Amino acid sequence: MKKIIPKHPFVIRWTHWVNFPVLAVMIWSGLLIYWANDIYKISLGDFLVFKFFPDPVYKSLNVEHRLSEGMAYHFTFMWLFMLNGLFYILYTIFSGEWRYLLPNKKSFKEAWQVLLHDLFISRKPLPEKKFNGAQQIAYTAIIIMGIFSVLSGIAIYKPVQWQTVTFLLGGYESARIIHFILTIGYVLFFLVHIMQVIRAGWNNFRAMVTGWEVVGSLKQLAVESPQESKPFQKEKITESKTEIEKITPENIADENSTEQ
Amino acid sequence: MKEKLTEEQLMNKKIRKKSLISFGVFFLLISVAIGVWMWVRNSEKSDGQYKPLRTVLNTNEKVNNFFFSENDLVKTYSKSEGAKNVRANGYYGNKGSHDTSVWRLRVLHSNPKNPGDSVLILCLNDILQIPKQEECFNFKCVEGWSQISFWGGCRFFDFISKYNLGTHSGNAPDKNNPEDLYKYVSLETPDGAYYVGIDMKSMIHSQTLLAYEMNEKQLPDNQGYPLRLIIPLKYGIKNLKWIGTIRFSDTRPKDYWFERGYDYDAAL
Repeated sequence: MKKIIPKHPFVIRWTHWVNFPVLAVMIWSGLLIYWANDIYKISLGDFLVFKFFPDPVYKSLNVEHRLSEGMAYHFTFMWLFMLNGLFYILYTIFSGEWRYLLPNKKSFKEAWQVLLHDLFISRKPLPEKKFNGAQQIAYTAIIIMGIFSVLSGIAIYKPVQWQTVTFLLGGYESARIIHFILTIGYVLFFLVHIMQVIRAGWNNFRAMVTGWEVVGSLKQLAVESPQESKPFQKEKITESKTEIEKITPENIADENSTEQ
Repeated sequence: MKEKLTEEQLMNKKIRKKSLISFGVFFLLISVAIGVWMWVRNSEKSDGQYKPLRTVLNTNEKVNNFFFSENDLVKTYSKSEGAKNVRANGYYGNKGSHDTSVWRLRVLHSNPKNPGDSVLILCLNDILQIPKQEECFNFKCVEGWSQISFWGGCRFFDFISKYNLGTHSGNAPDKNNPEDLYKYVSLETPDGAYYVGIDMKSMIHSQTLLAYEMNEKQLPDNQGYPLRLIIPLKYGIKNLKWIGTIRFSDTRPKDYWFERGYDYDAAL
Protein backbone atom coordinates (compact mmCIF):
# COMPACT_ATOMS: atom_id res chain seq x y z
CA MET A 1 0.00 0.00 0.00
CA LYS A 2 1.30 3.43 -0.90
CA LYS A 3 1.80 5.92 1.82
CA ILE A 4 2.39 9.66 1.90
CA ILE A 5 5.07 10.45 4.41
CA PRO A 6 6.52 13.85 5.30
CA LYS A 7 10.11 14.42 4.21
CA HIS A 8 11.27 18.04 4.01
CA PRO A 9 9.93 20.68 6.42
CA PHE A 10 8.37 23.82 4.98
CA VAL A 11 11.21 26.15 6.03
CA ILE A 12 13.88 23.95 4.43
CA ARG A 13 11.98 23.89 1.13
CA TRP A 14 11.19 27.60 1.24
CA THR A 15 14.76 28.69 1.94
CA HIS A 16 16.06 26.25 -0.69
CA TRP A 17 13.83 27.64 -3.43
CA VAL A 18 14.36 31.27 -2.42
CA ASN A 19 18.08 30.70 -2.45
CA PHE A 20 18.05 29.35 -5.98
CA PRO A 21 17.09 32.55 -7.88
CA VAL A 22 18.86 34.77 -5.34
CA LEU A 23 22.15 32.92 -5.73
CA ALA A 24 21.66 32.95 -9.50
CA VAL A 25 21.37 36.76 -9.42
CA MET A 26 24.40 36.97 -7.12
CA ILE A 27 26.52 34.86 -9.47
CA TRP A 28 25.36 36.74 -12.56
CA SER A 29 25.91 40.18 -11.02
CA GLY A 30 29.20 38.94 -9.61
CA LEU A 31 30.25 38.12 -13.14
CA LEU A 32 29.35 41.66 -14.24
CA ILE A 33 31.65 42.94 -11.48
CA TYR A 34 34.43 40.43 -12.08
CA TRP A 35 34.60 41.36 -15.77
CA ALA A 36 35.97 44.81 -14.84
CA ASN A 37 39.15 43.20 -13.51
CA ASP A 38 39.20 39.65 -14.87
CA ILE A 39 42.69 38.65 -13.86
CA TYR A 40 42.25 35.08 -12.65
CA LYS A 41 43.55 32.17 -14.64
CA ILE A 42 44.85 28.67 -14.17
CA SER A 43 48.29 28.08 -15.59
CA LEU A 44 51.00 25.46 -15.32
CA GLY A 45 54.24 27.36 -15.40
CA ASP A 46 53.93 29.55 -18.47
CA PHE A 47 51.26 27.40 -20.02
CA LEU A 48 47.81 28.93 -19.75
CA VAL A 49 45.26 26.24 -18.97
CA PHE A 50 42.15 28.35 -18.55
CA LYS A 51 41.41 32.05 -18.36
CA PHE A 52 38.44 33.25 -16.32
CA PHE A 53 36.75 33.90 -18.64
CA PRO A 54 37.29 33.63 -22.36
CA ASP A 55 35.77 36.45 -24.40
CA PRO A 56 33.05 34.29 -25.98
CA VAL A 57 31.69 33.66 -22.47
CA TYR A 58 31.36 37.41 -21.87
CA LYS A 59 29.92 38.01 -25.31
CA SER A 60 27.33 35.26 -25.09
CA LEU A 61 26.22 36.32 -21.61
CA ASN A 62 26.39 40.02 -22.47
CA VAL A 63 28.34 41.01 -19.37
CA GLU A 64 30.64 43.67 -20.78
CA HIS A 65 30.60 47.25 -19.43
CA ARG A 66 27.94 46.62 -16.82
CA LEU A 67 29.95 47.10 -13.63
CA SER A 68 27.64 49.62 -11.96
CA GLU A 69 24.61 47.49 -12.74
CA GLY A 70 26.37 44.43 -11.37
CA MET A 71 27.28 46.22 -8.16
CA ALA A 72 23.75 47.52 -7.70
CA TYR A 73 22.23 44.04 -8.06
CA HIS A 74 24.95 42.44 -5.96
CA PHE A 75 24.53 44.87 -3.07
CA THR A 76 20.75 44.55 -3.21
CA PHE A 77 20.45 40.78 -3.41
CA MET A 78 23.20 40.26 -0.82
CA TRP A 79 20.60 41.08 1.82
CA LEU A 80 18.25 38.37 0.60
CA PHE A 81 21.12 35.90 0.34
CA MET A 82 22.28 36.62 3.89
CA LEU A 83 18.85 36.77 5.53
CA ASN A 84 17.66 33.62 3.78
CA GLY A 85 20.84 31.78 4.73
CA LEU A 86 20.66 32.98 8.31
CA PHE A 87 17.02 31.92 8.53
CA TYR A 88 17.93 28.45 7.22
CA ILE A 89 20.79 28.02 9.68
CA LEU A 90 18.72 29.17 12.66
CA TYR A 91 15.88 26.91 11.62
CA THR A 92 18.06 23.84 11.28
CA ILE A 93 19.56 24.53 14.70
CA PHE A 94 16.31 25.10 16.58
CA SER A 95 14.18 22.51 14.82
CA GLY A 96 16.75 19.77 15.28
CA GLU A 97 16.98 19.24 11.51
CA TRP A 98 20.72 19.61 11.87
CA ARG A 99 20.74 16.02 13.12
CA TYR A 100 19.97 14.82 9.58
CA LEU A 101 22.30 17.30 7.93
CA LEU A 102 25.53 17.36 9.91
CA PRO A 103 28.05 14.68 8.98
CA ASN A 104 29.04 12.24 11.70
CA LYS A 105 31.78 9.65 12.03
CA LYS A 106 30.08 7.25 9.64
CA SER A 107 29.35 9.87 7.01
CA PHE A 108 32.72 9.84 5.34
CA LYS A 109 32.84 6.09 4.89
CA GLU A 110 29.27 6.16 3.66
CA ALA A 111 30.05 9.03 1.30
CA TRP A 112 32.76 6.93 -0.27
CA GLN A 113 30.28 4.10 -0.86
CA VAL A 114 27.82 6.57 -2.35
CA LEU A 115 30.51 7.89 -4.65
CA LEU A 116 31.40 4.38 -5.83
CA HIS A 117 27.73 3.66 -6.35
CA ASP A 118 27.10 6.86 -8.28
CA LEU A 119 30.08 6.24 -10.52
CA PHE A 120 28.70 2.75 -11.28
CA ILE A 121 31.76 1.18 -9.66
CA SER A 122 29.89 -0.44 -6.81
CA ARG A 123 26.50 -2.17 -6.96
CA LYS A 124 25.90 -1.95 -3.26
CA PRO A 125 22.56 -0.23 -2.63
CA LEU A 126 22.49 3.19 -1.08
CA PRO A 127 21.47 3.63 2.55
CA GLU A 128 17.76 4.24 2.96
CA LYS A 129 17.57 7.54 4.78
CA LYS A 130 16.76 11.16 4.27
CA PHE A 131 20.34 12.28 3.68
CA ASN A 132 23.18 9.86 3.11
CA GLY A 133 26.77 10.57 4.11
CA ALA A 134 27.63 12.20 0.79
CA GLN A 135 24.63 14.47 1.06
CA GLN A 136 25.41 15.36 4.66
CA ILE A 137 28.90 16.41 3.67
CA ALA A 138 27.77 18.28 0.57
CA TYR A 139 24.88 20.12 2.23
CA THR A 140 26.97 21.10 5.24
CA ALA A 141 29.90 22.17 3.08
CA ILE A 142 27.66 24.39 0.96
CA ILE A 143 26.49 26.22 4.11
CA ILE A 144 30.07 26.75 5.26
CA MET A 145 30.86 28.01 1.76
CA GLY A 146 27.92 30.39 2.05
CA ILE A 147 29.22 31.74 5.35
CA PHE A 148 32.64 32.30 3.81
CA SER A 149 31.09 33.96 0.78
CA VAL A 150 29.43 36.45 3.10
CA LEU A 151 32.63 37.02 5.08
CA SER A 152 34.89 37.37 2.05
CA GLY A 153 32.21 39.55 0.47
CA ILE A 154 32.22 41.88 3.46
CA ALA A 155 36.04 41.85 3.38
CA ILE A 156 36.10 43.24 -0.15
CA TYR A 157 32.95 45.37 0.13
CA LYS A 158 34.12 47.36 3.20
CA PRO A 159 37.81 46.59 3.69
CA VAL A 160 38.34 49.62 5.91
CA GLN A 161 35.43 49.40 8.29
CA TRP A 162 35.57 45.60 8.44
CA GLN A 163 39.34 45.39 8.21
CA THR A 164 39.55 42.67 10.85
CA VAL A 165 37.57 40.39 8.55
CA THR A 166 39.76 41.40 5.61
CA PHE A 167 42.87 40.72 7.66
CA LEU A 168 41.66 37.30 8.80
CA LEU A 169 41.03 36.30 5.21
CA GLY A 170 44.58 37.17 4.24
CA GLY A 171 44.01 40.69 2.96
CA TYR A 172 41.98 42.41 0.30
CA GLU A 173 43.20 40.54 -2.74
CA SER A 174 43.20 37.19 -0.99
CA ALA A 175 39.59 37.76 0.07
CA ARG A 176 38.66 38.54 -3.54
CA ILE A 177 40.21 35.25 -4.69
CA ILE A 178 38.37 33.32 -1.96
CA HIS A 179 35.13 35.01 -2.98
CA PHE A 180 35.74 34.02 -6.59
CA ILE A 181 36.72 30.39 -5.91
CA LEU A 182 33.64 29.88 -3.75
CA THR A 183 31.49 31.09 -6.62
CA ILE A 184 33.09 28.61 -8.98
CA GLY A 185 32.36 26.04 -6.26
CA TYR A 186 28.63 26.90 -6.36
CA VAL A 187 28.53 26.42 -10.10
CA LEU A 188 30.18 23.00 -9.81
CA PHE A 189 27.90 22.08 -6.91
CA PHE A 190 24.91 23.08 -9.00
CA LEU A 191 25.95 20.87 -11.92
CA VAL A 192 26.45 17.79 -9.72
CA HIS A 193 23.30 18.56 -7.75
CA ILE A 194 21.18 18.74 -10.90
CA MET A 195 22.58 15.44 -12.21
CA GLN A 196 21.90 13.76 -8.88
CA VAL A 197 18.36 15.11 -8.72
CA ILE A 198 17.67 13.79 -12.20
CA ARG A 199 19.06 10.38 -11.25
CA ALA A 200 17.13 10.27 -8.00
CA GLY A 201 13.86 10.62 -9.84
CA TRP A 202 10.53 12.30 -9.57
CA ASN A 203 9.46 11.20 -6.11
CA ASN A 204 12.61 12.73 -4.68
CA PHE A 205 12.26 15.98 -6.60
CA ARG A 206 8.58 16.27 -5.77
CA ALA A 207 9.41 16.00 -2.08
CA MET A 208 11.49 19.18 -2.33
CA VAL A 209 8.44 21.04 -3.65
CA THR A 210 5.60 19.38 -1.74
CA GLY A 211 7.39 18.29 1.40
CA TRP A 212 6.23 14.67 1.26
CA GLU A 213 7.20 11.56 -0.62
CA VAL A 214 5.25 8.52 -1.59
CA VAL A 215 6.40 5.30 -0.08
CA GLY A 216 5.15 2.13 -1.70
CA SER A 217 4.86 -1.32 -0.19
CA LEU A 218 8.37 -2.26 -1.25
CA LYS A 219 9.89 0.63 0.55
CA GLN A 220 7.76 -0.08 3.57
CA LEU A 221 9.28 -3.50 3.79
CA ALA A 222 12.71 -2.04 3.56
CA VAL A 223 11.93 0.50 6.22
CA GLU A 224 10.26 -1.99 8.50
CA SER A 225 13.10 -4.43 8.31
CA PRO A 226 16.22 -2.42 7.84
CA GLN A 227 18.35 -5.15 9.36
CA GLU A 228 17.24 -7.72 6.81
CA SER A 229 19.70 -8.75 4.19
CA LYS A 230 19.04 -8.01 0.56
CA PRO A 231 18.33 -11.58 -0.58
CA PHE A 232 15.54 -11.74 1.95
CA GLN A 233 14.01 -8.59 0.56
CA LYS A 234 14.22 -9.97 -2.93
CA GLU A 235 12.18 -12.92 -1.78
CA LYS A 236 9.60 -10.60 -0.39
CA ILE A 237 9.51 -8.72 -3.63
CA THR A 238 8.76 -11.86 -5.57
CA GLU A 239 6.05 -12.75 -3.14
CA SER A 240 4.28 -9.48 -3.48
CA LYS A 241 4.55 -9.38 -7.24
CA THR A 242 0.89 -8.73 -7.74
CA GLU A 243 1.22 -5.60 -5.70
CA ILE A 244 4.24 -4.41 -7.62
CA GLU A 245 2.29 -4.40 -10.83
CA LYS A 246 -0.14 -1.96 -9.41
CA ILE A 247 2.58 0.42 -8.47
CA THR A 248 3.62 2.71 -11.24
CA PRO A 249 7.02 2.11 -12.84
CA GLU A 250 8.33 5.36 -11.44
CA ASN A 251 7.88 4.05 -7.93
CA ILE A 252 9.88 0.97 -8.70
CA ALA A 253 12.58 3.19 -10.05
CA ASP A 254 12.47 5.03 -6.76
CA GLU A 255 13.32 1.88 -4.89
CA ASN A 256 16.75 2.11 -6.37
CA SER A 257 16.96 5.84 -6.28
CA THR A 258 19.87 7.70 -4.82
CA GLU A 259 17.58 10.04 -2.87
CA GLN A 260 19.50 13.16 -3.60
CA MET B 1 -9.02 -7.51 -3.89
CA LYS B 2 -11.43 -5.10 -5.53
CA GLU B 3 -11.66 -3.04 -2.39
CA LYS B 4 -7.89 -2.77 -2.19
CA LEU B 5 -7.71 -1.57 -5.75
CA THR B 6 -10.14 1.21 -4.99
CA GLU B 7 -8.06 2.17 -2.02
CA GLU B 8 -5.03 2.29 -4.27
CA GLN B 9 -6.88 4.48 -6.72
CA LEU B 10 -8.08 6.75 -3.96
CA MET B 11 -4.51 7.07 -2.83
CA ASN B 12 -3.33 7.98 -6.31
CA LYS B 13 -6.09 10.54 -6.51
CA LYS B 14 -5.01 11.99 -3.19
CA ILE B 15 -1.40 12.15 -4.34
CA ARG B 16 -2.41 13.92 -7.55
CA LYS B 17 -4.54 16.42 -5.68
CA LYS B 18 -1.90 17.19 -3.11
CA SER B 19 0.75 17.51 -5.81
CA LEU B 20 -1.44 19.85 -7.82
CA ILE B 21 -1.89 22.19 -4.85
CA SER B 22 1.80 22.18 -3.96
CA PHE B 23 2.96 22.72 -7.51
CA GLY B 24 0.31 25.39 -7.95
CA VAL B 25 1.80 27.33 -5.06
CA PHE B 26 5.27 26.60 -6.39
CA PHE B 27 4.52 28.05 -9.81
CA LEU B 28 2.78 30.98 -8.18
CA LEU B 29 6.01 31.73 -6.32
CA ILE B 30 8.00 31.41 -9.54
CA SER B 31 5.61 33.92 -11.12
CA VAL B 32 6.09 36.30 -8.22
CA ALA B 33 9.87 36.02 -8.60
CA ILE B 34 9.64 36.71 -12.33
CA GLY B 35 7.27 39.57 -11.60
CA VAL B 36 9.72 41.16 -9.17
CA TRP B 37 12.49 40.76 -11.73
CA MET B 38 10.44 42.38 -14.50
CA TRP B 39 9.42 45.18 -12.14
CA VAL B 40 13.08 45.99 -11.45
CA ARG B 41 14.11 45.74 -15.10
CA ASN B 42 11.22 47.93 -16.24
CA SER B 43 11.56 50.52 -13.50
CA GLU B 44 12.67 54.05 -14.28
CA LYS B 45 16.26 54.93 -13.71
CA SER B 46 17.38 57.26 -10.98
CA ASP B 47 20.90 58.61 -11.57
CA GLY B 48 21.71 55.88 -14.02
CA GLN B 49 20.41 53.04 -11.87
CA TYR B 50 17.12 51.14 -11.66
CA LYS B 51 15.07 52.92 -9.02
CA PRO B 52 14.48 49.96 -6.67
CA LEU B 53 18.20 49.17 -6.71
CA ARG B 54 19.05 52.84 -6.17
CA THR B 55 16.79 52.84 -3.10
CA VAL B 56 18.67 49.87 -1.66
CA LEU B 57 22.06 51.44 -2.48
CA ASN B 58 21.02 54.58 -0.58
CA THR B 59 19.88 52.44 2.34
CA ASN B 60 23.17 50.55 2.31
CA GLU B 61 24.94 53.87 2.69
CA LYS B 62 22.91 54.62 5.81
CA VAL B 63 23.85 51.23 7.24
CA ASN B 64 27.43 51.90 6.32
CA ASN B 65 27.43 55.35 7.91
CA PHE B 66 26.10 53.81 11.06
CA PHE B 67 29.30 51.79 11.33
CA PHE B 68 31.54 54.67 10.27
CA SER B 69 34.12 55.76 12.78
CA GLU B 70 36.75 58.38 12.11
CA ASN B 71 39.07 56.26 14.22
CA ASP B 72 39.00 53.55 11.55
CA LEU B 73 42.34 54.03 9.89
CA VAL B 74 43.24 52.54 6.57
CA LYS B 75 46.12 50.10 6.90
CA THR B 76 49.39 51.78 5.94
CA TYR B 77 52.61 50.34 4.58
CA SER B 78 56.22 51.44 4.64
CA LYS B 79 57.02 53.65 1.69
CA SER B 80 59.39 51.07 0.21
CA GLU B 81 56.36 48.86 -0.43
CA GLY B 82 54.80 51.45 -2.70
CA ALA B 83 54.64 50.57 -6.39
CA LYS B 84 57.19 52.20 -8.65
CA ASN B 85 54.89 52.08 -11.67
CA VAL B 86 51.69 53.50 -10.34
CA ARG B 87 48.65 52.59 -12.34
CA ALA B 88 46.76 55.49 -13.89
CA ASN B 89 43.25 54.67 -14.89
CA GLY B 90 41.03 57.64 -15.69
CA TYR B 91 41.62 60.72 -17.76
CA TYR B 92 38.27 62.47 -17.53
CA GLY B 93 38.89 66.08 -16.62
CA ASN B 94 42.51 66.40 -17.68
CA LYS B 95 41.83 69.04 -20.32
CA GLY B 96 42.73 72.52 -19.24
CA SER B 97 45.93 74.07 -18.14
CA HIS B 98 47.85 72.44 -15.34
CA ASP B 99 50.82 74.78 -15.62
CA THR B 100 51.32 76.01 -12.06
CA SER B 101 52.10 79.54 -13.23
CA VAL B 102 48.51 79.70 -14.41
CA TRP B 103 46.81 76.98 -12.33
CA ARG B 104 44.86 78.20 -9.33
CA LEU B 105 42.76 76.42 -6.75
CA ARG B 106 39.38 78.07 -6.38
CA VAL B 107 37.47 77.56 -3.14
CA LEU B 108 33.88 78.77 -2.97
CA HIS B 109 33.07 79.60 0.62
CA SER B 110 30.18 81.93 1.25
CA ASN B 111 29.37 82.38 4.93
CA PRO B 112 28.43 85.22 7.32
CA LYS B 113 32.04 86.31 7.47
CA ASN B 114 32.50 86.14 3.72
CA PRO B 115 29.12 87.09 2.27
CA GLY B 116 28.15 86.89 -1.35
CA ASP B 117 29.90 84.66 -3.83
CA SER B 118 33.16 84.53 -1.97
CA VAL B 119 35.97 82.79 -3.78
CA LEU B 120 39.32 82.02 -2.28
CA ILE B 121 42.03 81.70 -4.90
CA LEU B 122 45.21 79.86 -4.01
CA CYS B 123 48.30 78.81 -5.88
CA LEU B 124 50.23 75.61 -5.31
CA ASN B 125 52.75 77.41 -3.13
CA ASP B 126 50.00 78.19 -0.63
CA ILE B 127 49.26 74.49 -0.29
CA LEU B 128 52.95 73.71 0.13
CA GLN B 129 53.01 75.94 3.23
CA ILE B 130 50.75 73.53 5.11
CA PRO B 131 52.61 70.77 7.03
CA LYS B 132 53.27 67.80 4.82
CA GLN B 133 51.80 64.41 5.44
CA GLU B 134 52.92 61.17 3.79
CA GLU B 135 50.90 58.06 3.27
CA CYS B 136 51.51 54.65 1.79
CA PHE B 137 48.34 52.56 1.46
CA ASN B 138 46.56 50.07 -0.75
CA PHE B 139 44.73 52.17 -3.35
CA LYS B 140 41.54 50.39 -4.44
CA CYS B 141 39.75 50.77 -7.72
CA VAL B 142 36.04 50.10 -8.09
CA GLU B 143 36.97 47.82 -10.99
CA GLY B 144 38.48 45.39 -8.50
CA TRP B 145 42.22 45.95 -8.65
CA SER B 146 44.33 47.47 -5.91
CA GLN B 147 47.88 48.71 -5.63
CA ILE B 148 50.04 49.93 -2.78
CA SER B 149 51.10 53.48 -3.55
CA PHE B 150 52.91 56.27 -1.76
CA TRP B 151 51.64 59.84 -1.63
CA GLY B 152 52.58 63.14 -0.08
CA GLY B 153 50.50 66.25 0.50
CA CYS B 154 48.64 68.09 3.19
CA ARG B 155 45.73 66.84 5.20
CA PHE B 156 42.47 68.23 3.91
CA PHE B 157 41.52 69.04 7.48
CA ASP B 158 44.72 71.07 7.96
CA PHE B 159 43.92 72.90 4.74
CA ILE B 160 40.40 73.93 5.77
CA SER B 161 41.69 74.75 9.25
CA LYS B 162 44.28 77.12 7.90
CA TYR B 163 41.81 79.02 5.74
CA ASN B 164 38.72 78.70 8.00
CA LEU B 165 36.79 76.75 5.39
CA GLY B 166 33.95 74.29 5.42
CA THR B 167 31.94 75.86 8.23
CA HIS B 168 28.61 77.67 8.18
CA SER B 169 29.94 80.25 10.65
CA GLY B 170 33.19 80.99 8.85
CA ASN B 171 35.13 79.97 11.94
CA ALA B 172 37.84 77.35 11.91
CA PRO B 173 36.42 73.82 11.57
CA ASP B 174 36.13 71.86 14.76
CA LYS B 175 35.67 68.07 14.70
CA ASN B 176 33.84 68.35 18.02
CA ASN B 177 31.33 70.73 16.54
CA PRO B 178 30.00 68.84 13.53
CA GLU B 179 26.88 71.03 13.39
CA ASP B 180 28.94 73.91 12.11
CA LEU B 181 30.50 71.86 9.34
CA TYR B 182 28.97 71.59 5.91
CA LYS B 183 27.82 68.04 5.18
CA TYR B 184 29.47 67.68 1.79
CA VAL B 185 32.49 68.77 -0.19
CA SER B 186 32.46 69.00 -3.95
CA LEU B 187 35.63 68.83 -6.04
CA GLU B 188 35.87 69.54 -9.73
CA THR B 189 38.55 69.51 -12.43
CA PRO B 190 39.47 72.85 -14.04
CA ASP B 191 37.62 71.91 -17.23
CA GLY B 192 34.56 70.85 -15.21
CA ALA B 193 34.45 67.49 -16.97
CA TYR B 194 34.96 65.39 -13.84
CA TYR B 195 33.45 66.10 -10.45
CA VAL B 196 32.91 64.29 -7.20
CA GLY B 197 30.90 64.86 -4.05
CA ILE B 198 32.15 63.50 -0.74
CA ASP B 199 30.70 63.53 2.77
CA MET B 200 32.51 65.83 5.19
CA LYS B 201 33.18 63.06 7.71
CA SER B 202 35.37 61.28 5.18
CA MET B 203 36.97 64.51 3.99
CA ILE B 204 38.16 65.53 7.46
CA HIS B 205 39.47 62.03 8.16
CA SER B 206 43.13 62.17 9.15
CA GLN B 207 44.21 60.16 6.09
CA THR B 208 42.53 62.36 3.49
CA LEU B 209 45.12 64.41 1.61
CA LEU B 210 45.42 67.10 -0.98
CA ALA B 211 48.37 65.39 -2.63
CA TYR B 212 51.09 67.01 -4.71
CA GLU B 213 53.69 64.24 -4.50
CA MET B 214 53.90 60.61 -5.49
CA ASN B 215 56.89 58.46 -4.56
CA GLU B 216 58.51 61.60 -3.12
CA LYS B 217 58.42 63.35 -6.49
CA GLN B 218 56.13 65.92 -8.02
CA LEU B 219 52.88 64.33 -9.19
CA PRO B 220 53.10 63.22 -12.80
CA ASP B 221 50.46 64.73 -15.05
CA ASN B 222 48.58 61.44 -15.46
CA GLN B 223 48.28 61.30 -11.65
CA GLY B 224 46.67 64.71 -11.42
CA TYR B 225 49.45 67.32 -11.41
CA PRO B 226 49.50 69.75 -9.74
CA LEU B 227 47.01 68.73 -7.04
CA ARG B 228 44.83 65.70 -6.52
CA LEU B 229 42.72 64.19 -3.79
CA ILE B 230 43.89 61.08 -1.96
CA ILE B 231 41.11 59.64 0.13
CA PRO B 232 41.90 56.07 1.23
CA LEU B 233 38.39 55.66 2.66
CA LYS B 234 36.97 55.69 -0.86
CA TYR B 235 37.37 53.91 -4.15
CA GLY B 236 39.68 55.48 -6.72
CA ILE B 237 36.76 57.12 -8.53
CA LYS B 238 36.51 59.63 -5.66
CA ASN B 239 40.25 60.39 -5.63
CA LEU B 240 39.85 63.26 -8.08
CA LYS B 241 42.90 64.34 -10.05
CA TRP B 242 43.66 67.87 -11.32
CA ILE B 243 41.63 69.66 -8.63
CA GLY B 244 40.34 72.99 -9.89
CA THR B 245 37.44 73.96 -7.67
CA ILE B 246 36.34 73.05 -4.15
CA ARG B 247 32.85 73.84 -2.85
CA PHE B 248 30.95 73.11 0.34
CA SER B 249 27.26 72.26 0.65
CA ASP B 250 24.68 70.61 2.84
CA THR B 251 23.10 68.67 0.01
CA ARG B 252 24.72 66.04 -2.13
CA PRO B 253 26.79 67.73 -4.82
CA LYS B 254 26.71 66.26 -8.29
CA ASP B 255 28.98 63.30 -8.79
CA TYR B 256 30.26 61.93 -12.08
CA TRP B 257 30.02 58.20 -11.39
CA PHE B 258 26.93 58.48 -9.22
CA GLU B 259 25.15 59.86 -12.29
CA ARG B 260 26.32 56.76 -14.11
CA GLY B 261 24.74 54.27 -11.73
CA TYR B 262 27.30 53.81 -8.96
CA ASP B 263 26.47 54.32 -5.31
CA TYR B 264 27.14 57.81 -4.04
CA ASP B 265 29.51 57.14 -1.18
CA ALA B 266 31.86 54.64 -2.88
CA ALA B 267 33.06 54.01 0.67
CA LEU B 268 35.43 51.27 1.67
